Amino acid sequence: MRIKDHPILDFPQGKKVTFYFEDQVLEGYEGEPIAAALHDAGIRVLRESQVLHRPRGFFCAIGNCSSCLMVVDGVPNVRVCVEKLRAGMTVRRQKGKGDLFASN
Amino acid sequence: MRQTNVLVIGGGPAGLSAATAAAQCGARVILVDSSSRLGGQLIKQTHKFFGSREQRAGTRGIEIARLLQEEAEAARVEILPETAALGLYSDGVVTLEKNERLIKLKPERLVVATGASEKTLAFANNDLPGIYGAGAVQTLMNVHGVRPGQRAVMVGAGNIGLIVSYQLCQAGVEVAAVVEAAPSIGGYAVHASKIRRLGIPILTSYSIKAAHGGETLEGVTVWQLNEKWQGIPGTEQVLAADILCLAVGLTPLTELLWQAGCQMEYIPELGGHVPWYDENQQTSVPGIYVAGDAAAVEEASSAMVTGKLAGLASAHSLGLCPDFPVLGEKVRQELTQLRAGPTGEKIRKGLGKLRARSRPGAM
Ligand SMILES: Cc1cc2nc3c(=O)[nH]c(=O)nc-3n(C[C@H](O)[C@H](O)[C@H](O)COP(=O)(O)OP(=O)(O)OC[C@H]3O[C@@H](n4cnc5c(N)ncnc54)[C@H](O)[C@@H]3O)c2cc1C
Repeated sequence: MRIKDHPILDFPQGKKVTFYFEDQVLEGYEGEPIAAALHDAGIRVLRESQVLHRPRGFFCAIGNCSSCLMVVDGVPNVRVCVEKLRAGMTVRRQKGKGDLFASN
Repeated sequence: MRQTNVLVIGGGPAGLSAATAAAQCGARVILVDSSSRLGGQLIKQTHKFFGSREQRAGTRGIEIARLLQEEAEAARVEILPETAALGLYSDGVVTLEKNERLIKLKPERLVVATGASEKTLAFANNDLPGIYGAGAVQTLMNVHGVRPGQRAVMVGAGNIGLIVSYQLCQAGVEVAAVVEAAPSIGGYAVHASKIRRLGIPILTSYSIKAAHGGETLEGVTVWQLNEKWQGIPGTEQVLAADILCLAVGLTPLTELLWQAGCQMEYIPELGGHVPWYDENQQTSVPGIYVAGDAAAVEEASSAMVTGKLAGLASAHSLGLCPDFPVLGEKVRQELTQLRAGPTGEKIRKGLGKLRARSRPGAM
């Protein structure tokens, strides 16, 4: 959900681009954090915890807490709260520890 | 390997002020920040600031960030955004990451102004998606223009909790309640009245018992606390909410200082573990200074002043800033004034404790 009318701020938006989340095609603005585009689309579960397999979202939004690690273009452990969205990215929920050597 | 007189890590109000002060004394200064936009916490603060004119009270935080950056640029600080400091080594080398490349830098002096991170709370299901730090929600709304959900519960009625509740409303989110464990509201009365005027209840002596939901947050149970801060059975209320914001304090981001071997002290009044530092913000490791929330969780106003002090002191130690004895004293007085009065009491107490801990090497 984008904020449209704000009493103080306006949000100049970049170019609209499409990207892939699991098997969906989503839209977002180029250069915004991947997590912002996912949130806009109502997607709040970003990964599954390692031991208890619990759903995780983001917590800090500034790249400190590691709650939002996802697999982006095959690379695991990407902090999507700070990683910028580009056209055509593939974004997947991460399960447990990402495997750097797996070919996702 | 690159060299410089002064390296500043962190481009919030503390770091920007430190960098400008040192550069104005003639030092060659590099400032790095992991974020793409400078200003630290300020870039999401749409409200007008409190404090005195000298620290730009009455100006919105987002504006202050822009002004501080312009001053740093005018002073010819070399600014490297999207550059994270990864490590500080015993030979004085700092490692940085930019665009997935490692940069090594050897500064003569270092100012650490990395700010603070938000604390969390222990309760059942506190890891459900939809539970955020209050600052995170502020970033999502005010920097990226995305509404976090429909209905929120805020935990904490300090200034951050109150301000972010108000900003949630501005973004079109309903706020069900502000829950505060203490018997009274911690934040300024003006912020609290703004919330009350919107009809949002502030429940004092209340805390959160549990969060509920399947994949994501659907509601929270709050309950009243007795004078020992324990929940009172039978007082539970269930509030429907898809957002839970935790505004329960911040703790200094000090990993780099630990790694550098700075003497660390646990001082709850300053936010947790902080480095020992002297009256000019120098830590126990000569040449390493600390400023802003990384030194003590305080305010943007004091962050600017501790930053300036660290910047001037670091330049002076390099043989620059000949007026430091007078200038430094002036800045320290400014700090004392900022911390006078009831809101500064906690900080005064914390700093008193910190100074009372034995000075490094003085055993
Ligand atoms: C909701 C809210 C409302 C507030 N209202 C007020 C107010 O009305 N008045 C007031 O005076 N204060 C207010 N404050 C407090 C104020 O914002 C902070 O005290 C102040 O921003 C601290 O400044 P700082 O420079 O120490 O840290 P920050 O502003 O947190 O900046 C730290 C910077 O360091 C960078 N960084 C961290 N680690 C690294 C690393 N390893 N490498 C590179 N860069 C790094 C970060 O990206 C960040 O940009 C408020 C805070 C909040 C959250």
